[in-house]
Amino acid sequence: MQTKRTVFKSRLLPYLLLAPQLIITLIFFVWPAGQAIWQSFLRQDPFGMKDTFIWFANYTRLLGDADYMNALGVTVVFSIGVTALSMGASLLLAVCVNRVIRSQRFYTTLLVWPYAVAPAASGLLWWFMFNPSVGIIPYGLNYLGYNWNFRLNPNDAMILVIIAAAWKQISYNFLFFVAGLQSVPHSLTEAAAIDGAGPVKRFWTIVFPLLSPTTFFLAVINITYAMFDTFPIIDSTTSGGPAQSTNILVYKVYADGFIGLNLGPSAAQSVVLMLIVVLLTIVQFRWIERKVQY
Amino acid sequence: MFKKLSIAAAAIALSATSSMAATEVTWWHAMGGKLGQKLEDVAKKFNESQSEYKIVPVYKGTYPETLTAAIAAFRAGQQPAIVQVFEVGTGTMMAAKGAVYPVYQLMKDAGEPWDPSKFLAPVTGYYTDPQGNILSMPFNSSTPILYYNKDVFQKAGLNPDVAPKTWAELGEMSKKIVSSGAAKCGFTMSYGASWVGLENYSAIQDLPYGTKQNGFGGMDARLTFNGPHQAAFWDQLKKWHDDGSYKYGGPSGGADAAPAFYSQQCAVYMNSSASRADVIANSKFNVGFAPMPYDDKVTKDPKNSIIGGATLWVLNGQKNKEVYKGAAKFFTYLSQPDIQADWHQFTGYLPITNAAYELGQKQGYYAKNPGSDIAIKQITRGTPDDNSKGVRFGNLSQIRDALDQQLEAVLAGKKTGQQALDDGAKQGNAILTDFQAANSN
Repeated sequence: MQTKRTVFKSRLLPYLLLAPQLIITLIFFVWPAGQAIWQSFLRQDPFGMKDTFIWFANYTRLLGDADYMNALGVTVVFSIGVTALSMGASLLLAVCVNRVIRSQRFYTTLLVWPYAVAPAASGLLWWFMFNPSVGIIPYGLNYLGYNWNFRLNPNDAMILVIIAAAWKQISYNFLFFVAGLQSVPHSLTEAAAIDGAGPVKRFWTIVFPLLSPTTFFLAVINITYAMFDTFPIIDSTTSGGPAQSTNILVYKVYADGFIGLNLGPSAAQSVVLMLIVVLLTIVQFRWIERKVQY
Repeated sequence: MFKKLSIAAAAIALSATSSMAATEVTWWHAMGGKLGQKLEDVAKKFNESQSEYKIVPVYKGTYPETLTAAIAAFRAGQQPAIVQVFEVGTGTMMAAKGAVYPVYQLMKDAGEPWDPSKFLAPVTGYYTDPQGNILSMPFNSSTPILYYNKDVFQKAGLNPDVAPKTWAELGEMSKKIVSSGAAKCGFTMSYGASWVGLENYSAIQDLPYGTKQNGFGGMDARLTFNGPHQAAFWDQLKKWHDDGSYKYGGPSGGADAAPAFYSQQCAVYMNSSASRADVIANSKFNVGFAPMPYDDKVTKDPKNSIIGGATLWVLNGQKNKEVYKGAAKFFTYLSQPDIQADWHQFTGYLPITNAAYELGQKQGYYAKNPGSDIAIKQITRGTPDDNSKGVRFGNLSQIRDALDQQLEAVLAGKKTGQQALDDGAKQGNAILTDFQAANSN
């Protein structure tokens, strides 16, 4: 470690300096998380007047719950779909912008705009465009002979939420990819070009491998986003339907706990989610910090 | 959720700061749009009628959101004095014994006049405990009726003055409407899998929805709506869905149903009688009103339909006991015939008291507004029995969600009506088992 070390004379001072952050973490993260863990062992009526300690019953029930298993599967499909679509699209856009010589900034600015749209608003936007009664896209698809109805067709619903969720994330990915592309040394691509490699070959053999730290970082970020930040999109488009086909884990916690008022099982689900976050964080720290090998 | 809570907190803070001589009684409600304005108007008039108490209405979003907010507030010790809870939440509220201040008790304690026999029997029947005590104040009760587009009927070569009486007739008419090109679909409905398409269907056809008098008999009641007639009805819906006669309106309240009717895509629309004002305001065509169709394959003598809408529950735990006196005074005010009649006539909700109904008749309101008494006639026809008194189950909103998904599976061709209702009953009974366990220790 070559970093400079600061030595505090007082033992108290460092703790005092850290205190605001620690207090916030304790009050807004650790305390509610602790409550969730405690609640996941209870069976409680909605008003919180009676509770029974039931050990792991809420957890064992999750394992036997077909709906929960379904939500798990849906979450996997959804996160992979969102990650692949948003990263693929943004990489394409980034490569295009990187090749544009004029007005690069102009395009960059435009492409970043969607990031400023609130998730609920973007969900509503897509819901409106795809609405089977009033939407413009089903109207067009009808001419192609496809009867679009995300209210009833699980695949339509999944496609809708994936597009809506991915669209929002494209801007974010795009920025990182542009930055990543700009740090690829020109000399390498030039040398390859002189050796006779075409643009596609240059991209896949030189640029793409050099981008891999960015790609890996974004993959983790996108999976986390798809799993945990897409609640408003699901809520404003499909509400988890039809027949549970877009009911991702986060939405199920909400639906069971807040709408269904079934607090114990809902708390158990959120504890499971917490464990998944922990796992993702470990992955991120272990591998990203070490840099990807290529 | 955090946003909602912070709005709630802000609302509480605001209502707390405006300290006046009058005792403030907070009233959380779920009436948006025109109904919300009318409700605020009712509160305002009460406040002007006396100076001791001040009703402060706060709009909390949809019915489920209002209930959720009230429960969260109760857990945090910040509950409102009065909260409007939809009929689906009745089972949940009744089970929450310590949280609820039963209205019959409240009126007695406050020394306010209270005569349950003044209220419409089908309404109070829904909100009484097994001992016959009314637990919440009837406020806005409705029942589903049928709205139809007379212009489209005409265009399809049907008599615009004759509404379908039975489901079979509705099916025939729908086919004619679709094949003649008068409209893209025959009919649509709100609450297709729940309130309209299963709860009321069962009641009108006199089929059981659950054991123990549809749940009125105790928390150990279980769901039995998976009978052959209900299953056949859902299969029939699927057939109508396939040939374009029926358009699914979406889960829960069916957000797509009303627009489909207003835009003349569908010729017939079934929803709450309280949609009347909105239907009249939004339709640029002649609207007809009719009772819900019945299934003549099952019954020749349709029963009364069952109610929806909401009642006002009083929550325990207010520090200032004067607040309860104010709530009781407000309830007395609400049950006056002229207040009731005005609310009923403006909104399309049922008149809650017999006196309000009689007043409307005396004023000639029903003669002047054809179709406005369909709901009350439909709900009071025949003698209610165990199958048509209503349904009362804990966590009914969750059961309804499960049923929405089951109907979606039927319409998508993944399940038969019987499989779907069997699965729905299984899921629902698991929810009920949980509810019973959580509330009985």
